[in-house]
Amino acid sequence: MVIVEFLGPIGEESLELEAKTLHDVAEQLQKIDTISAWLSKCAVAVNDQMTSDLSMELKSGDRVSILPPVCGG
Amino acid sequence: MWGLKMELYNGSLDVEQIFSKWLHEEAASNYGAYIPFVGTIRAEDGIEALSFDIYEPVLEAWFNSWVEKAEKLGAKVKMAHAIGDVPVHTSSYISAVFSPKRRVALELIDEFVEDFKANAPIWKYDVKDGKRIYAEDRSTPMRGSGLLA
Repeated sequence: MVIVEFLGPIGEESLELEAKTLHDVAEQLQKIDTISAWLSKCAVAVNDQMTSDLSMELKSGDRVSILPPVCGG
Repeated sequence: MWGLKMELYNGSLDVEQIFSKWLHEEAASNYGAYIPFVGTIRAEDGIEALSFDIYEPVLEAWFNSWVEKAEKLGAKVKMAHAIGDVPVHTSSYISAVFSPKRRVALELIDEFVEDFKANAPIWKYDVKDGKRIYAEDRSTPMRGSGLLA
């Protein structure tokens, strides 16, 4: 199982998913109405490293963070 | 990398104290230029305050990449940011560049602050009537957004 956490204003509880790659995570999140609308504008980190590789392999216990649009300062 | 930690504070920043602390930290470092940038909350649209959430592990990695970039130019970056509510007319964000000569510092502070606005994992909320409202229209998708869409 991997853990998916939703940061900042998304306001959803963390999920545990069966996923071998980030692509698997994407497929499952796209089916959740309250989350799918955020995905086009969110960046992704795996174990706190930003990533842009959808084929990235995941192992049990990995933490996937979903980061919505930012505005510091 | 020693001594180059970003600084996070609960609530408004004490600008004078942070300016002074950074000045003293580098008093003997032989930098010719010290350029700070201070972000202050303006009163507009009836807000009482702005409020901030921060995702610290990714912010730290982002900041460390700038520390390394600055080091290659012989410069040093520093940053302080507020967590939680920051009332109008007080400060939420200070960054600074120290460098041997002015040109590097002037250019680096521009890039550092602009990249901060676009890629630092910090979320801003307006505070109105005690409620937090996500400042979505002023927010920017981070680099690489849309991967899972």
